[in-house]
Amino acid sequence: MTAVANPEYAIDVQGLNKSYGEKHVVRDVSLRVRRGEIFGFLGPNGSGKTTTIRMVCGLLKPDSGSGTCLGYDIVRERAEIKRRVGYMTQRFSFWEDLSIVENLDFVARMYAIPERKAAVRKALDNLGLTARAQQLAGELSGGWKQRMALAACMLHEPNLLLLDEPTAGVDPRARRDFWDELQSLAAKGISVLVSTHYMDEAVRCHKLAYIAFGKLLAQGTAGEVIASQHLTTWAIHGDRLSELQDELRKRPGVEQTVTFGDVLHVSGSDAELLRRTVEASAGGRRAELIDTNLEDVFIYLMGKTPENGGGKA
Amino acid sequence: MKRWGGFSGTRWWSMVLKEFTQLKRDRLTFAMIVGIPIMQTALFGYAINTNPKHLDTAIISADDTDITRSFIAALENSSYFNVVATLPDEAAGREALAQGKVLFVINIPAGFTRQLLRHERPSLLIEADATDPTATSSALAAVNGIAQSVVDKEITGPLASLRGSPAPFDVNIHQLYNPDNITQYFVVPGLTGMVLTLTMVLMTGLAITRERERGTMENLLAMPVTPLEVMTGKLIPYIGIGLIQATIILLAARYVFQVPFFGNIGAVYLSALLFIAANLTVGITFSSLAQNQLQAVQLAIFFFLPNIMLSGFMFPFEGMPKWAQTIGNLLPLTYFLRLIRGILLKGNGWADSWPSVWPMMVFMVVLMFIASATYRRTLD
Repeated sequence: MTAVANPEYAIDVQGLNKSYGEKHVVRDVSLRVRRGEIFGFLGPNGSGKTTTIRMVCGLLKPDSGSGTCLGYDIVRERAEIKRRVGYMTQRFSFWEDLSIVENLDFVARMYAIPERKAAVRKALDNLGLTARAQQLAGELSGGWKQRMALAACMLHEPNLLLLDEPTAGVDPRARRDFWDELQSLAAKGISVLVSTHYMDEAVRCHKLAYIAFGKLLAQGTAGEVIASQHLTTWAIHGDRLSELQDELRKRPGVEQTVTFGDVLHVSGSDAELLRRTVEASAGGRRAELIDTNLEDVFIYLMGKTPENGGGKA
Repeated sequence: MKRWGGFSGTRWWSMVLKEFTQLKRDRLTFAMIVGIPIMQTALFGYAINTNPKHLDTAIISADDTDITRSFIAALENSSYFNVVATLPDEAAGREALAQGKVLFVINIPAGFTRQLLRHERPSLLIEADATDPTATSSALAAVNGIAQSVVDKEITGPLASLRGSPAPFDVNIHQLYNPDNITQYFVVPGLTGMVLTLTMVLMTGLAITRERERGTMENLLAMPVTPLEVMTGKLIPYIGIGLIQATIILLAARYVFQVPFFGNIGAVYLSALLFIAANLTVGITFSSLAQNQLQAVQLAIFFFLPNIMLSGFMFPFEGMPKWAQTIGNLLPLTYFLRLIRGILLKGNGWADSWPSVWPMMVFMVVLMFIASATYRRTLD
C-alpha cells in the first residue's frame, strides 16, 4: 500500500477536470468525503455528477487533477480501488437475463469472495431477496432491481459505496427502506457518496455538494450550504398566490419565488430590499420571515445560468 | 485462486459460466445455432446444382429416320436432355425459347439422313437459351460425344466408312477427386466455412456490443476483471458453438450427401478451430467499432457478402479477375475452403495444407492486434 494520503478521508480529490471533445463536463472539482460519512451529491441532469463519480472510482481517467480514493491514487492504483469500492451505476447494469442469485454469484466470483455460497446467501437474506432468488433480474420492479444492485455492490464488503442516483424511479417506501439501510451501513464505518435529486434524501446526508455545469457551487453540511448562499426568505400564506408570484417576479430584490402547496417562498440576497417588496405586495396576505431551507437554496442554485454560475461549457 | 500475470482463472471461468447461462436463456439464438447449419445444408445441398440435368428440350424434326430417332434417344439417355415437345417449325422453336418453356431446341433439317449417307456432312442445329451459362454448358459439352456414339452404334456394315477416321492420338481425361462432377461434394464441405463466417462474426459482435448497449459493460469495468478475461471468457462458448455447427454440417456431408472423407478428420477439426478463431477476431474488432448491436449486425453483413462472392464458395476463384482474387485472398474463408475441400476430397496432408494455414494465422494475429488496440476505449 502506498501513501495513505489521509486516513481520515475516504475520498480526497483535487482539481478534477474532464472534457469530451469541446465539452468541458467537469471543471476543477475538489471533494472530501470523510470515512463513515454519507455525502450527498446534487445537481441538475448533465451537470457532471456521473463523470465525477466515474473518475473517483477509476473508471475514467481525469484530464487533470489528482487525488486518492480509500488512500489509493485514482490514476495509478485503479485496480486496488476497484477491489474496495462498491459502485452502483445510474442505469441498472446487472444482467437481466440472469436470475438474482446468478447475478450475485457472478459478482462474488469476480471479487474472489471466500466462502462464496454463504456470502451470497447472507446477502440475499439481508436484503430480503431470498424468496425471489431464482427470479430473472429483468423481471423485477424498479425497487427490487435497486435492492439487488445494492446487494451486489455490497457483496465484497467495500469500504466505500459510490451510488449514482440509486433511487431514481423507486417508490417512496422503497426509498425510505433504502436510506435506512444506507444509514446503518454508514454507522458501521462505510463511507457513501450518493447522487440524488430528492430533497428528503439530501437532508439525510451528513454533507452535501452541489454541482452545475461541471463546477462545484457549494459544499458542506446542509447548514453550511444554506448559509453560503446568503438568502433571505419570506413565506406568504393566502389565496391567489400564482397571481402574486407573477407580480413579485418583476419586483426589485426578488430573485426567486417558489410555491410549496399553499405557501409561497420568496427569496433574495438583499434582505432589506426584499422585506420592503414583500410588505408592499402582500396585499393583506400573511407574510413571515422564515429560515431559508435546502430546497430554496437548490432551486436558487439550479436557476443560476452558466455565465454567473459555472461559466459557459 | 489460480492466478498468473494478473489473469485470474476463477474470474475467467465465471465469465464463461455467465455467457453460457445467458446463451441458454436466449432461445432464439440457441435455435439459430442449430437451425442455420441445418437449413443451409438442406438449401445448398439439395437445391443448388451447377451440373444440371433433365433440361427441357423441344425437337423440330423434318427427317424421321432410325438414325435421327436414335440420336434423340441418346440425348435423353445422357440424362441432360428431357424432350418435352415436338414443334412444327423454327418460329415455334424460337417462341418456346423466348418464353422459357424449353432450354434447348434441336432442329433436324429435312433430308438429314439422306445427306449423311451421301457423305455430304449435314448439320444439326441445337439452339440453347444461354442466358444462364451454367445451366446449359455441361449439357452442350456432352452433345458431341453423344453424336459420336450414335454414329458408332448405328452406322455399321457397308456404311462404316462414314464414321470417319478417329483422331491420330487419344486424349485420356481423368477427372480427379470428384469424377462424377457431383456439386454437393464441392458445396457441402464449403458450407461449413460459410455458416461459421456468418454465425461467429455475428454472435461475437453482438455479444460484446450487447454488454455495452445494456450498460452492463460499465459494471464489468468497475469490477476487478481484466479486459483479457472478459474477452476470452466471452469467446469460449462461441468456439464450442462453432464446433457444434461444423459437426452438424460434416455429419450431413458424410451421411446425407455421401461426400467422401479422404483426409484426416482431426485435421478438419483443427482447420475449423483455426478458422473459428480467425472469425472471432473479426467479431471482436467489429464489436469495438460498432456503437450498438444494430451497427454490429450491419458490419457483419458487410463482411459476409464479399466472403460469399469472392472466396470461391459459389463461383470459381480462378475465374475471377485479378483484383477480385486479391480481395478474396484477404478473406479467411478463401483459405478455409481450400483447406477443407483439400483435406476431405483430396486427402491433403500437412504439407499440402500449410499454404492455406499460415495466411489464416497472419489474418488472426493482425486482427487480434487491431481488436486489442481498439478495446481500451470502452468508457473513456
